[in-house]
Amino acid sequence: MSKDYEVVIGLEVHAELKTKSKIFCACSTAFGAEPNTQVCPVCSGFPGMLPVLNEKAVDCAIKTGLALNSEIAEFCKFDRKNYFYPDLPKAYQISQYDLPICKGGYLDIDVEGERTRVGITRAHLEEDAGKLVHQGDITTTPFSLVDLNRSGVPLLEIVSEPDMRSAQQARAYMEKLRSILLFADVSDCKMEEGSLRCDANVSVRPWGEQKLGTRTEIKNLNSFRALERAIEYEAKRQMEALEDGEVIVQETRTWDEGKGVTRSMRSKEEAHDYRYFPEPDLPPLRIDRDWVDTVRKSMPEMPVQAGQRLMDQYGLSQYDADLITQSPQNLKFFDETLALYADAKAVSNWMMGDLTRLLNQNGMEIQDAKVKPALLAEMLRLMADGTISGKMAKTVFEEMFVSGLDPQTIIKEKGLVQISDANSLLPLIDEIINNNPKVLQDYKNGKEKAFGFFIGQIMKATKGQANPEMVNNLLKERLNRE
Amino acid sequence: MALTIKEVEYVAQLARLQLNEDEKQIFAEQLSSILEYVEKLNELPTDGVEPLAHILPVYNVFRADEIRPGTPREEILANAPLVEEGQYKVPKIM
Amino acid sequence: MELHQLTIHELQELLSRKETSALEITQAIFSRIHAVDKQVRAFITLTEEEALAKAREIDNQGEYGRIAGIPLGLKDIFCTRGVKTTCASRILENFVPTYDSTAAGKLFADKGILAGKLNMDEFAMGSSTEQSAFFSTCNPWDFTRVPGGSSGGSAAAVAADEVPFALGTDTGGSIRQPASFCGVVGLKPTYGRVSRWGVIAYASSLDQVGTFAKDVRDCALVMNIISGKDPLDSTSVDLPVPDYSASLDGNVKGMKIAYPREYFQPGIDSQVQEAIKKALIKYEEMGAIVDEVSLPHSEYALPAYYLVATAEASANLARYDGVRYGLRDFEAANVIDMFSRSRAEGFGEEVKRRIMLGSYALSSGYYDAYYLKALKVRRLIADDFSKVFAKFDLIVSPTAPTVAFKIGEQIGDPLTLYMNDILTVPINMAGLPAMSIPCGFHEGMPVGMQLVGPAFGESTLFKAAFAFEQNTDFHTFRPALEVK
Ligand SMILES: [Mg+2]
Ligand SMILES: [Zn+2]
Repeated sequence: MSKDYEVVIGLEVHAELKTKSKIFCACSTAFGAEPNTQVCPVCSGFPGMLPVLNEKAVDCAIKTGLALNSEIAEFCKFDRKNYFYPDLPKAYQISQYDLPICKGGYLDIDVEGERTRVGITRAHLEEDAGKLVHQGDITTTPFSLVDLNRSGVPLLEIVSEPDMRSAQQARAYMEKLRSILLFADVSDCKMEEGSLRCDANVSVRPWGEQKLGTRTEIKNLNSFRALERAIEYEAKRQMEALEDGEVIVQETRTWDEGKGVTRSMRSKEEAHDYRYFPEPDLPPLRIDRDWVDTVRKSMPEMPVQAGQRLMDQYGLSQYDADLITQSPQNLKFFDETLALYADAKAVSNWMMGDLTRLLNQNGMEIQDAKVKPALLAEMLRLMADGTISGKMAKTVFEEMFVSGLDPQTIIKEKGLVQISDANSLLPLIDEIINNNPKVLQDYKNGKEKAFGFFIGQIMKATKGQANPEMVNNLLKERLNRE
Repeated sequence: MALTIKEVEYVAQLARLQLNEDEKQIFAEQLSSILEYVEKLNELPTDGVEPLAHILPVYNVFRADEIRPGTPREEILANAPLVEEGQYKVPKIM
Repeated sequence: MELHQLTIHELQELLSRKETSALEITQAIFSRIHAVDKQVRAFITLTEEEALAKAREIDNQGEYGRIAGIPLGLKDIFCTRGVKTTCASRILENFVPTYDSTAAGKLFADKGILAGKLNMDEFAMGSSTEQSAFFSTCNPWDFTRVPGGSSGGSAAAVAADEVPFALGTDTGGSIRQPASFCGVVGLKPTYGRVSRWGVIAYASSLDQVGTFAKDVRDCALVMNIISGKDPLDSTSVDLPVPDYSASLDGNVKGMKIAYPREYFQPGIDSQVQEAIKKALIKYEEMGAIVDEVSLPHSEYALPAYYLVATAEASANLARYDGVRYGLRDFEAANVIDMFSRSRAEGFGEEVKRRIMLGSYALSSGYYDAYYLKALKVRRLIADDFSKVFAKFDLIVSPTAPTVAFKIGEQIGDPLTLYMNDILTVPINMAGLPAMSIPCGFHEGMPVGMQLVGPAFGESTLFKAAFAFEQNTDFHTFRPALEVK
């Protein structure tokens, strides 16, 4: 970004864990219910209510920790983090302070062919807060509304070391972390629903400087794109401020997606003194090694291993392997297609090309697509045996995506069958040559354009269904005989 | 350990308690004398003593990940001072 | 004897012999309440209509046992479904829970009949019930004196024969001290023995539910009902509950009783000390072995307690913010002011004082010096008790430094008031079970003796307390209330 400054980024990611019930009560965690319909006195912070820990949430945390190469604490406890906010019903969040469940760890990211290891500082369990909806604009509304459906949904807060040096690296980290959480099956990771959220700590420093610059924390980054853009903006803002001789203030900033800027969230009331202390209502955890081993044995293949497999077995590039291992559903689609049609590069190209494009256009997930591995494999087979051309395949694929019909049916319905029969093509070629003696003469005189004219005429006559490769060969043979 | 008015104001702000000037004065005095009494603890050497946060030798108390119906919305909102559209209504943040 | 004067077990016998009915008992209880509570002022809320209906229903079923058909009182800290639960605070003046606390629910499931909700110090913070936001309760033995606190309403109601038994909570002595002041039996069980679910929290690591009764037998009976693991309270312990009534054999032969020298010091009224010493002699006469011990860290328990309790309280009471329930200031222009003003209006002086102290002890820069230090001292205190219980079955001491003091006498000075808890607080810090039973009189006021047992050793307490009761008649004295 700049020749004079280096950007330093650390990320704090909150992942909602995939449990059926909340972390401390039996209310549902399902997304999208009517406000305050998935609540009880516990998650609404009523007097006399006590938390009871959901065992599945601890399992999820251990799983994630193992996937991130973390040390799973043998002893950990919960703490109260005290602050007042209308969406925080007890006015404290049950979290983990000095003894988190996962300590240390790392994950590797690849950006433009360069691998970077990003350290994980810690991952700890905590409860989510409710949702505050402002009536109208936050700055002018006289009232806000509180919905506590989300209050008490289990979260794993994963804190990275400040090991990233560019917005692209931050994005790659986030994408890799998402794929790990998806493969470990511990979170839905739907950024648009808030089940995966990210705060970025950003600072800049002159190149070669060892000391970290003053950092700002950017909140409200709810997409990969927002993460990348916000960091780029913020880094630039800080560099320009330093250039102008200003001092960076340590503060919380929010990302304004519409205006493409970060804005200070400072208010004079905000004194961050969370007064953490051990949660007396929850006995501590002793996580014995048998428990960890049991979880370890139950772990599915992680994206790193899967990606390596794709590279070793099929010779895919790191880039392709990363894309296919973005989610377990992606990988499953790839593996299933490949079992039916053993050309990894072709499968990968179609998945990453047309399939991804169409999914994105329609806001769909791969598992919801009507195109199934068997259909793609069949289409690729028909392409390989010359039944359809590459161009036809694109049409077939789009139709499969919409209707889910098998390629044979689509080919029949659309009359897309490629004419690859020399016996039916040769008379046509003869006819066209005979009808255009002048062009034939041009060809003989060495005019290359004449060849293209004949091809065009043949394709036109067959409504584009002639196998182009075959037409090419037959025409060449025929003309050479003249 | 005497508490200043400024410290009282800071703590009151943390605890979200609006105090008038008289109360600040009284709290400064009373809390100072309580803290002075509490200073007694410093007579005791406690290096190497493990803090006791949980008195029971109990660990790993869990519930299974099962959903149970919550409280009907009308019922849980019945105690709320102000409600709109099935939600708690509060004044603006800033 | 009239119905309202009887114990649970006496009433139960009449019921099982069909010599009375739940309705007669309940009517007798309410006529007693109407006769004396104008002076005692123990109740915040009465549930007369519901109680009479419930009594009729139980009589119709015609099955009695344990506490079926027996009226009871609850400190207004126990949430009761559909019945206002105020914690004696303005901030919860109109709060109606949608749930029954586990302990209350167990009593209701056993067909106990709720007579009403009892006065207390606001949020259980106090030792005299003068800190109630609504009114002070009077000691039935002398209306110019306090009943103790914070469960003063519960103790006074039982002492005044307004209910045969009542539940209270004890964080630093809030059952034992009022039991001592009012001359009734009061038990604070081991931390974890009774569920805290649905009980409004003051200091979570110290709070424990317990009971007031007219004698030890009743106390054991109630404990049999309310004890045990509750899946809704992670700190309730999954240990079998012995039949406490079975330990009432009156035999203390060979029982090793310790009395800590630190609990018999100047500052503890000499007449109170005298009463306990006589009781110890009584125990020796009954065959117990009595010896002096030391609990060397006793004097540090109170300062450590005030840090731990107030720190936890500062978080526990943060939820009263005017959003979901409770008092709200509607004038505030923004939410931060709404919080600060609602809480300022809703909480009383003592509650604010403790929230301030606790917030300070946890705040940045002071955590180690105050809160963490207190947790370390807590360890030393707990270790003191462990050492004694390695050799002894029971510890005996006065419950409170004095008999009940005059209303208004100590209210101006927080520290003096805090000193009331000096003999009871260490037991909460160590999480142990303890009981106060009447053992004498001074200035015409009851004196309480505190019995402390090892963790989950309630049976030992019942055994020793019952033996004392069998050999003395202190528990039979009742205040001579002038019925107006
Ligand atoms: Mg967090
Ligand atoms: Zn809930």
